[in-house]
Amino acid sequence: MSILVNKDTRVICQGITGATGTFHTRQAVEYGTQMVGGVTPGKGGTRLDAIPIFDTVEQAVRETGANASVIYVPPPFAADAIMEAAAAGIELIVAITEGIPVLDMVKVKRFLGETGSRLVGPNCPGVITPGECKIGIMPGHIHRKGHVGVVSRSGTLTYEAVGQLTALGIGQSTCVGIGGDPVNGTNFIDVMSLFNADPDTHAVIMIGEIGGSAEEEAAAWIKAHMTKPVASFIAGQTAPPGKRMGHAGAIISGGKGTAADKIAALTDAGAEMAATPSDMGEALLRAAARAGVKLS
Amino acid sequence: MNIHEYQAKEIFRSFGVKVPRGYPAFTVDEAVAAAEQLGGPIWVVKAQIHAGGRGKGGGVKLAKSIEEVRTLAGQILGMQLVTHQTGPEGQKVRRLYIEEGAAIAKEYYLGAVLDRATSRVTFMASTEGGVEIEKVAEESPEKILKLTVDPAYGLRDYEARDLGFALGLEGKQVVHFTRFMQGLYRVFTEKDCALAEINPLVLTQSGEIVALDGKLNFDSNALYRQADIVAYRDTDEEDPSEIKAHNAELSYIKLDGDIGCMVNGAGLAMATMDIIKHYGAEPANFLDVGGGANEAKVALAFEIITADPNVKGIFVNIFGGIMKCDVIATGVIAAVKKVGLKVPLVVRLEGTNVELGKKILDESGLNVISASTMADGAQKIIAAIR
Repeated sequence: MSILVNKDTRVICQGITGATGTFHTRQAVEYGTQMVGGVTPGKGGTRLDAIPIFDTVEQAVRETGANASVIYVPPPFAADAIMEAAAAGIELIVAITEGIPVLDMVKVKRFLGETGSRLVGPNCPGVITPGECKIGIMPGHIHRKGHVGVVSRSGTLTYEAVGQLTALGIGQSTCVGIGGDPVNGTNFIDVMSLFNADPDTHAVIMIGEIGGSAEEEAAAWIKAHMTKPVASFIAGQTAPPGKRMGHAGAIISGGKGTAADKIAALTDAGAEMAATPSDMGEALLRAAARAGVKLS
Repeated sequence: MNIHEYQAKEIFRSFGVKVPRGYPAFTVDEAVAAAEQLGGPIWVVKAQIHAGGRGKGGGVKLAKSIEEVRTLAGQILGMQLVTHQTGPEGQKVRRLYIEEGAAIAKEYYLGAVLDRATSRVTFMASTEGGVEIEKVAEESPEKILKLTVDPAYGLRDYEARDLGFALGLEGKQVVHFTRFMQGLYRVFTEKDCALAEINPLVLTQSGEIVALDGKLNFDSNALYRQADIVAYRDTDEEDPSEIKAHNAELSYIKLDGDIGCMVNGAGLAMATMDIIKHYGAEPANFLDVGGGANEAKVALAFEIITADPNVKGIFVNIFGGIMKCDVIATGVIAAVKKVGLKVPLVVRLEGTNVELGKKILDESGLNVISASTMADGAQKIIAAIR
């Protein structure tokens, strides 16, 4: 088992004829992902290799039975692409696009609330269940099938954690990049509760960073509900205050958002903290050993 | 992206958000002409820099005569204004804003932000105006009133009225406040703001609601559709190396340490700074070359890092996903050939095409120290500069 995606997931790509969409669709096919279609308005009826291209997501769903979509559409058109996928009944929408205006995402989030779709991202590497389904831009070869769940706001820091796990001989159940934008579709708690319920996930690495309070909220959830060992790393302990966060942003989070606060909250929740980003794999081993949990 | 107070007030005016009359001035003579245009009896001479806390730093002064405007303008223009947001070196004042005085009955705080917890635009208001709002938030959070707007309907009049009554406004004042709030909400959503802050918002003695100060910050993701906002950009307010990086679409922030960092991905870039600190040194910068960087971009990133005189060593840390290690290696070599390499360089490559990348570096004949992990790389660069 796994979460969100598996070997039966039927994926379409929105923006398949763009350079990024084409490149990563071929990479996904090579990995073994069931890429059943693509969508580019105006290019319906053509193909990318063997993959049929449609004008609309609705047509693609009707013709292919797709239940997941990956979005590589440029930022000005990405919000519309996400809403189109949700309106067509796609269950899992993975938005890779970086640079979507945040007020567009405010509307998208409101729209998604009235549908049954789950959005992962935007501005994320995607979701992978090793050996079964790769949706996104992560390098497939660094992964290995196993029982550790990975969830992260950062792309390359996810690869770093996965690389360390694989080097230690520890495989992953599913790795989820939730994205680095302030408004995203899926948060830490959503993914944590999926991992908690997944019998094939035995332990979890959660990678956070400064800004907002998603990590603190996740820490409270972990403390109350999580039955599996958690290791964590928070990036940005040396980041200067006020560089990206606005004046009033600090108010609404009640003075929260620093790495120190997040680390304190997660430590209090019983998570094993990685002292450095090089220590994430070892921290997971310590967390599993402490809980007496087997990873193989 | 930040803009000046006088620019924010230009935008406010065009959306019907009430502000005092005023004119920007770049010279003392322009300041005097602005004061004459406004007429008396009281003027406010305001330094225009992006940092907050200008009043406390001595950058906002009251003048009671044209001569006083001339004197104050002469004092403030060109000064290094130090506030709690500028750092000890301060920021040079190059622009002034000359504004008519207002007859203030009461001061308030009004802000709008994108609240991450609700994913919606949220207004915050308080009767504690004119003071540092962070302090209010910390000491008496109950004094901050919040209003979250449903994006499907926009700000509704009754919601704005409720907030006005909760602030203690009455009668006609609430009508003015509601009009003000609707204008501000339109500014926020139509101009793609990330933050709008009015501190203080004032009730005048004639019962009007006026923005005495104005701070706007914009979502950089949305600037492609806000050409008029981009035109407001004042590069005097930004670090020159950050501008160069920005123009090349590199994400760079200058810091005070001595180890330059070049990394792909924002999270990994922050984590690289953290691990340098963990092993006892300080990073000289945050630099994310991004996922789709080419050789030219990598070379430019390298130039920006080496142009910082504080940099005593460089740590390149790449986990290749979309970004291929051989592209990074080729870019680094091209950069070194162009700008020279006067400090130790540690390179850690992992991920896509890692073997090819390492081979390119090994065969380049450059004095590159290779590292296997982030910890190994951080320790090696620190050892190399000591």
